[in-house]
Amino acid sequence: MDNFQMVVLLLDATMRTSTPLILAALAGMFSERAGTINLALEGMMLGGAFSAACVAYYTDSHWLGLGAAVLTTIALSLLHGFACITHKGNQVVSGMAINILMSGLTALVGIALFSQGGKTPALDHEARFQPITLPGADAVANVPVLGSLYSELLSGHNILVYVAFLAVPASWWVLYRTRFGLRLRAVGENPGAVDTAGISVVAMRYRSVLCSGFLVGISGAYLSTAQGASFLSDMTAGKGYIALAAMVFGKWRPFPAMFACILFGFLDAAATRLQGVSVPGIGEVPVQLVQALPYILTVILLAGFIGRAVAPKSLGRPYVKER
Amino acid sequence: MKKLLTTMVAAVACYATVASAAEIKPAVVYDLGGKFDRSFNQSAHTGAEKYKEDTGTAYRDFEIQNDSQREQAMRNFARRGMNPIVVIGFSQASALEKVAAEFPDTDFAIVDSVVDLPNVQSILFKEQEGSFLVGILAAMASKTHKVGFIGGMDIPLIHKFSCGYTQGVKHSDPNTEVLVNMTGTTGAAWNDPVKGGELAKSQFDRGVDVVYHAAGGTGVGVLQAAADAGKLGIGVDSNQNALHPGSVLTSMLKRVDVAVYQAFEDAANGKWHSGTTVLGLKEGGVDWALDKNNEKLITDDMKAAVAKAKEEIIDGSLKVHDYMTDSACPM
Repeated sequence: MDNFQMVVLLLDATMRTSTPLILAALAGMFSERAGTINLALEGMMLGGAFSAACVAYYTDSHWLGLGAAVLTTIALSLLHGFACITHKGNQVVSGMAINILMSGLTALVGIALFSQGGKTPALDHEARFQPITLPGADAVANVPVLGSLYSELLSGHNILVYVAFLAVPASWWVLYRTRFGLRLRAVGENPGAVDTAGISVVAMRYRSVLCSGFLVGISGAYLSTAQGASFLSDMTAGKGYIALAAMVFGKWRPFPAMFACILFGFLDAAATRLQGVSVPGIGEVPVQLVQALPYILTVILLAGFIGRAVAPKSLGRPYVKER
Repeated sequence: MKKLLTTMVAAVACYATVASAAEIKPAVVYDLGGKFDRSFNQSAHTGAEKYKEDTGTAYRDFEIQNDSQREQAMRNFARRGMNPIVVIGFSQASALEKVAAEFPDTDFAIVDSVVDLPNVQSILFKEQEGSFLVGILAAMASKTHKVGFIGGMDIPLIHKFSCGYTQGVKHSDPNTEVLVNMTGTTGAAWNDPVKGGELAKSQFDRGVDVVYHAAGGTGVGVLQAAADAGKLGIGVDSNQNALHPGSVLTSMLKRVDVAVYQAFEDAANGKWHSGTTVLGLKEGGVDWALDKNNEKLITDDMKAAVAKAKEEIIDGSLKVHDYMTDSACPM
């Protein structure tokens, strides 16, 4: 296999691994841009993944699974909102509480339903999102460079991957080009001013956590019904936190956050792909180095390239109308 | 232990004698991955369940969630008077060393590792022999002359699988290339099917069309990826042919179930012994799986080749190198 092909396949794998991160990072962004810290991404992803796997298993429909995942995560984000927005609770504590709750609850319900130690049964073909071949992909597969880029890299993913990448410009448009987005950002920077203008801060923040819940639900469903074929306890394995880090890395903006997610996804994919492959000019890289690579690069990038990240001004502060 | 081959038959005969045998309170501690990993731990679970079914003796079990629970679980069982206590997996060794010394009157057994104490029975398998047989099948089934191996945690035990497999492949066809990948270096590598699937896809992209996994729960993802891509997977430990009928070429059976069953039975009959027991092809401890799910994939030539190798390994004329002896693989 030539090197070009290897790079294309590596990028192809990157798209698959960065999809859940992108969706979760965007979810975090919506919530945090309006001033609510969303540490609960990890737990919501788990909840979404579990509901998707269960419903898809019982109904044999991945769309119903996706719907269930989104409903679950929206319910969880409303819970988060109820604690943090209505009752002005500590946002970090509420987020962590949801993470711990979902880690235990998914396993518990899983054991109760399927008695397989918290796993859900493997899903059939119908119950999972299948790869889509973009029109003409097979026809151009033999065209050098562009053909293989199109047929390998762009075509052949499941629909949620495309949804994730399209959600980035969509989020950008919503945040920066609509009245809703302007108000949402204003609520995160200076809620007092928004209140003075006659807009309900509480309502705006609730809307932002709803957007957040919607997006993270898709990423949960992706884990269990598109990338994988069943739910396993704690299958998110820190992806929620990585997405959160990517969002901070991307300074709470959609496109930079997407690139940060792609970078994390790329490092993950590279660690998998580079094992036992001889790299041109270097030879075969030891497995241990390959596995340490993502961490080393993350430290280097964080230390050297990110610069100052400025959070929304009222992030983490509940809005109190008057004392 | 020589009569392991006949355990299934003996089980029926033993049924009558058990009534007179001492009442035992057996317990099992599974490794990370849990008792429903459809592989290694599940095999142990099957053995314990079968014993319960055959004799009506209830047992207790524990699925650990993290490393610190190993000692707690063993100590808890020992304190409650459970006897024998069978612990599954090499990572339990250091915990068992401590606990077994604290409870010298309790019988312990450990699968996949050696703990040198008077009240511990260490059960090892010759995984290289079973892997050799599935290696032959993989080489014969491969059309691209490239086959893959995906291991769980990067430890000598898993290299034992991979080394035996590689020898089997080369024995059948010296020109077939074997690609070896490991999932990770921590216990989490046993339970990461998404990563397993990605590793399998990366091997398929490099031309592999048959992939063998020794990765516990991670392997479920490997077999899934193989079924999705229309390639062949090879299961491990339990019979995994039924996970994706027609896409799983065969499974390397590691009869942890037999070992657990035998340990319980020995304790009940007062035949418990400590020391090291090694189960290979000869003792029926490892084998390959042929059932209705994969009978269409296995040709008569393949059957003959495997039967011949099996016979030669059993009579000693064919030696399969054990990676653990010198931490190196000749291939």
